[in-house]
Amino acid sequence: MTAFLELRNVTKVFSSGIFKKKRTVALDDLSLTIDTDRPVVKAIAGESGSGKTTLGMMLMGFLNPTSGSVLYKGKDMRSLNRDEQQSFRRDVQAVFQDPFSVYNPFYPVDHVLEMPIEKFKLAKSRPAARKLMEDALAAVGLQPAETLGRFPHQLSGGQRQRIMVARALLLKPRLIIADEPVSMVDASLRATILESLRKLNRDFGISILYITHDLTTAYHVSNHILVLYRGSLAEAGDVEHVIKHPQHPYTQLLVDSIPWPDLEHSWGKNQIQGGKGAVRVSGANACKFADRCPHAMSICGEQQPPLYRVDPTRATACFLHQDAPVLPRGEINTLFV
Amino acid sequence: MSAPVLQVRDLKVYYHTPRGPVKAVDGISFNLEPKTRLGMVGESGSGKSTMALALMRMIKAPGRIDGGQVLLDGKDLVKLSQDEMRHMRLNQIAMVPQGAMNSLNPVTRIRQQIVDGLRAHDVKMSKREMDKRVSEVLSWVDLHPSVGDMHPHELSGGMKQRVCIAIAISLRPKVIIADEPTSALDVVVQRQVMETIGRVQEELGAAVILIGHDMGLMVQFVDRLAVMYGGKIAEQGNVREMFREPLHPYTQLLIQSLPKLDDKGELRGIPGIAPSLLNAPAGCLFHVRCPQALPVCKTTTPQPAELRPARLVACHLYDTAAQPTGSATPVATKERTP
Repeated sequence: MTAFLELRNVTKVFSSGIFKKKRTVALDDLSLTIDTDRPVVKAIAGESGSGKTTLGMMLMGFLNPTSGSVLYKGKDMRSLNRDEQQSFRRDVQAVFQDPFSVYNPFYPVDHVLEMPIEKFKLAKSRPAARKLMEDALAAVGLQPAETLGRFPHQLSGGQRQRIMVARALLLKPRLIIADEPVSMVDASLRATILESLRKLNRDFGISILYITHDLTTAYHVSNHILVLYRGSLAEAGDVEHVIKHPQHPYTQLLVDSIPWPDLEHSWGKNQIQGGKGAVRVSGANACKFADRCPHAMSICGEQQPPLYRVDPTRATACFLHQDAPVLPRGEINTLFV
Repeated sequence: MSAPVLQVRDLKVYYHTPRGPVKAVDGISFNLEPKTRLGMVGESGSGKSTMALALMRMIKAPGRIDGGQVLLDGKDLVKLSQDEMRHMRLNQIAMVPQGAMNSLNPVTRIRQQIVDGLRAHDVKMSKREMDKRVSEVLSWVDLHPSVGDMHPHELSGGMKQRVCIAIAISLRPKVIIADEPTSALDVVVQRQVMETIGRVQEELGAAVILIGHDMGLMVQFVDRLAVMYGGKIAEQGNVREMFREPLHPYTQLLIQSLPKLDDKGELRGIPGIAPSLLNAPAGCLFHVRCPQALPVCKTTTPQPAELRPARLVACHLYDTAAQPTGSATPVATKERTP
């Protein structure tokens, strides 16, 4: 069976500076498959610089990997023909971070909804197009009468972001990639946007890839989670397990730092800086978290940990769990049952 | 309770636009006791940042402070001349800005930016003493003295934010205003920065006003909380009491909308949108979105009333003293439907 979207040993290096000497490894030999047969919400979490946005851009075909390949229905993205490209653009939709800059301020917001209808010839007549737009808006909880015909500046950030979700819905995609969709929106409106994303997942069977740095919302909306650290997977698996009982020291640090709005749940006393200098990190092959890790051992400074399957639905890349069986590369999907 | 270090009395800040005044801050009063941490939450457009700027007297045209007092140790900041106010800033009342990335001068070393603040306040020191002072200020925020010789682009976001804190506390102010100091940072760095602010505040014995919209951060950090809505304070009180039993319907909805660890229920936002503060409707600004609105809410603006000790709520639900609080009003702590 071919996967809907697949990353195969993907590495992305950004070079900069004179003679391209400064290299930043955004993604390091990452493999991942995304299936859409069962609609799930998958979260990609990590701090800034962990490569989560690069991953999203690659899955949307905006970036090409430095090595490795991105496959759409088993075919390399770079060799898609025109029809396949068209179908890819329809199957995979995006919701971006900034609900302010995606709109052209000179057009009413209808414009972003009319464009896809026109491009993909979704409607035969103007009334049919109007009906499609109204249905999509209603599905995300907006009143079409109060939204259509308005200009972007007349709407709140939350409304604008929901229109973007409605736009993605118009095309009935298989997958929506939402890159930090709520980070620029007020806390009180976040819940509404996330709920509309979840509704698309539930009612329309659309898979969602939710890219975020916010573990609180990731926990609430997603079924599975992948935690990235400097371009590598730190931990992956069922969101319930990963957030409630994190195994990787980095995930533990992340979960411990969440400011939960809960009186009984105060910030932990986990040392943030960890065992600085406790382990000699020799060369590029060390575990990337070794210099910050409070549990670092000598092996961590010498080689990169593979993914260990600590329980049936979760794997973690940490030598603390080296007794567990190694999860072979490319079999990450077996975790997500 | 010691005398408040900062008293804000009926503060009004209006933006005078061609279409009429926008009442961004409309009659806000609160006290800030020394060494306490006060949180101010509210959605965008609730006036919280305008209030922060007003306390610093940094409101720019078309905005104007149109009434009220800001008493810092009994001295009214609103009445001071520009020059007198300049002496108060940084020295007595300092601000940690929102975007640390854009607040530092990109072409000047960190040391110079800290020294600039000191010089502007007539701190006379030899070069050696000044260097020592800069190292000391940087060590308060857990930065190595060598950071002083760097330029902002060499620092990470969290380090830049800590430099901003260092500048803000360099003259040991009595009040530190932090306007969403961590909105652009990751959770781990956010925790580091907040812990830095907390530690410095305790060491200096200053009072902190933390402005933001992250309720989680408020619970973790502040002692007292003020919830702003439409340029007014809807409710203020002890943060723990408020979380246990929110009284104002807006606070109730706000707390209900928060994601929790043990309750993975349906996410619920607050219906409706924030009111326009231009030509604001009569009565309580929240009545359009309020599930418990009464007829009186459409006509009369509720006044803050002290329902519990040190707990002020501006809501008509509690108008009649005969109405026992808690029984007649639905309490938001009830279970959310799974």
